[in-house]
Amino acid sequence: MDWLIDQIQYWYMWAMPLSGIVSIMIPLFLAVAYTTWLERRVIGAMQVRIGPNIVGWKGLLQPIADVAKLAFKEIIIPSGANKILFLVAPVIMLISAFAAWAVIPFNAQLVLADVNAGLLYVLAVTSIGVYGVIIAGWASNSKYALLGAMRSAAQIVAYEIAMGFALVGVLLAAGSLNLGGIITAQQGEYGLLNWFWLPLLPLFLVYFISGVAETNRAPFDVAEGESEIVAGFHVEYSGMAFSVFFVAEYANILLISALASIMFMGGWLSPFDGLLSQSTMAIPILGYILDNGMHWFFAKIFFFVFMFLWFRATFPRYRYDQIMRLGWKVFIPITIVWILVVGFMVLGQLSPWWGATI
Amino acid sequence: MSSNMNHNVSSNKSEGFKGFLKSLFLLELMKGLSITGKFFFGKKFTLHYPDEKAPISPRFRGLHALRRYPNGEERCIACKLCEVVCPALAITIESEQREDGTRRTTRYDIDLTKCIFCGFCEESCPVDSIVETGIYEYHGEVAGDLYMTKEKLLAVGDKYEKDIAAARAEDSAYR
Amino acid sequence: MTGVQILFYAFATMMVLSALMVITVRNPVRSALFLVLTFVSTSAVWLIMEAEFLAIVLVLVYVGAVMVLFLFVVMMLDVNTARLKEGFISYLPVGIGIAGLFGGMLTYLLYNMQASDVQTKMRSLYPPAPKPADFSNTEQLGEVLYTVYVYPFEIAAVILLVAMVAAIALTFRRRSNRKYQNPDEQVAVKRDDRVRVVKMDSEEKK
Repeated sequence: MDWLIDQIQYWYMWAMPLSGIVSIMIPLFLAVAYTTWLERRVIGAMQVRIGPNIVGWKGLLQPIADVAKLAFKEIIIPSGANKILFLVAPVIMLISAFAAWAVIPFNAQLVLADVNAGLLYVLAVTSIGVYGVIIAGWASNSKYALLGAMRSAAQIVAYEIAMGFALVGVLLAAGSLNLGGIITAQQGEYGLLNWFWLPLLPLFLVYFISGVAETNRAPFDVAEGESEIVAGFHVEYSGMAFSVFFVAEYANILLISALASIMFMGGWLSPFDGLLSQSTMAIPILGYILDNGMHWFFAKIFFFVFMFLWFRATFPRYRYDQIMRLGWKVFIPITIVWILVVGFMVLGQLSPWWGATI
Repeated sequence: MSSNMNHNVSSNKSEGFKGFLKSLFLLELMKGLSITGKFFFGKKFTLHYPDEKAPISPRFRGLHALRRYPNGEERCIACKLCEVVCPALAITIESEQREDGTRRTTRYDIDLTKCIFCGFCEESCPVDSIVETGIYEYHGEVAGDLYMTKEKLLAVGDKYEKDIAAARAEDSAYR
Repeated sequence: MTGVQILFYAFATMMVLSALMVITVRNPVRSALFLVLTFVSTSAVWLIMEAEFLAIVLVLVYVGAVMVLFLFVVMMLDVNTARLKEGFISYLPVGIGIAGLFGGMLTYLLYNMQASDVQTKMRSLYPPAPKPADFSNTEQLGEVLYTVYVYPFEIAAVILLVAMVAAIALTFRRRSNRKYQNPDEQVAVKRDDRVRVVKMDSEEKK
């Protein structure tokens, strides 16, 4: 009997994190699939088209049809390509896009790994994603892929610095590297005015724009500029290997959106938090909706993802030297100056964001 | 020209502070976003193609057809004007005298892969025999499917004679 | 062996093997990629030692930034591998000598200095003492870095700054024969700067 209990405890120890991982991964895969659907619908609507609407109601089965199509396609490995690296590259990208979700708090209790240095972990894990791009470009043995990889590597490194500085401002403001701690630091009596987007507005803009650049999305998508280098680093990929890149790109979009909502928009905090009285929160359904919770977090992620799509539908692609100028000469100075400003604001205990004890 | 350029430079400078504010608050980007945002909610112009079709002009130049007179006699008299006028050299005609003494084609081929659908054959035809119909949904599955022989062209003409005649009648006022 | 030990040996072997590959592999790009693998496994070993801040910063700085730039340069340059291998034999004795010296020093430190506190210190590193739940590696490191070691820290920072300024000063020169575009001006262009709408009377039939 004791043996059985030991066994159960042992497996429980493994099963808990595993079930946590699965319960994040599967919704994430679904979210990625439906982000592609959303993108095609939203961009279609903005271009006065409809977008996919045949497969399923409103085209809702389109992503599933796409996956089925890609799954049955052959993965062509170009001659002269480094086979192992060629196949490892998309996996690296996928890992880096998914591993960062481990420390994302979905609500006050729900987080897979409540790591102390959560912010650093996220930065470190996402920075590995560049290798997916570089290795894919190099291992393909193709000029276009290599050029795309070079562009992307330079761009990602440039914007990672601006992004890192923006996050330094956040951790200065929150006094914590823990993502849950950053969210609770934004709690206050003025609801959404207490969030960091207001005192850190320049950093917020820099972070989000750098996030768009980091994920190689329009208007920063020179890495796959189809008019000059076909499709950039993943020209040579086909079938599931290509779809892994695709999934990683959208998982990264979701991740950047989630991080932006955690750092600057209060994560799972309700915008009415602190504004409404306790009695309002006690109303059966309305109270639940207005109260803090996961649904606010998802709503914020949706908002940021929508912004990604909106940008893509609106802005023409940046020229390469303009991207570099924006990253190095505009964003980095802005962030450095604003980090100083944040330092003074924290020192001065500027209310309502700092000073008042919660 | 140079004075014009100078004028522009100075005008840029005069709105220096305004321009700075404009770029600081990303006003032009916001403008762009607002335009796409407006169209996001706007009416969509998409035609659900296989279910809905756009109206086409009676002058539409699609698949070719050879027509007949109402009594069943083929119109073509093998004058070869279309063969001569065809800029893509897509038409090949051979002719012979029939038992009743009239000149008729024994071969009338149009290679649709060469054809540029300019409509010159139709214009040149003195008897309105070769016409281009409003049919644009056709395809070939094996080599030669898009090589229209006399039989195929006559078959198209027989099948769509009503539509063809209606289109000619509608356009006749402008000819 | 516990699970942690298995992990440690796995990562340590990977680290040593990939470090060996860095210097033996012919292709410089592969060599750089093996260096990345070395860093990653090192950081895993540090994680096992519960030095999570150092481990994460190693990945963030070296893997995420330094090695990317390194790979960038190596990929852009068409390095002639045959030329690089030319002096291998002549440099070999020196290399072996230095490696032997370094290895000997380490072995001497770890095993021969029984009396010193080095060995006990090494032993005391693992397993690390249990920490309270709110123990933050980052905070501890920051406290030491900005109090006890503040001068070395500042000096290192100044040296890095000087190196950075020097690197920029060495490479930053305006060439007279090149045409530069000024993105500021390009971005500030208005429609009126480029297009002139001319009003004209319509032509009349003669």
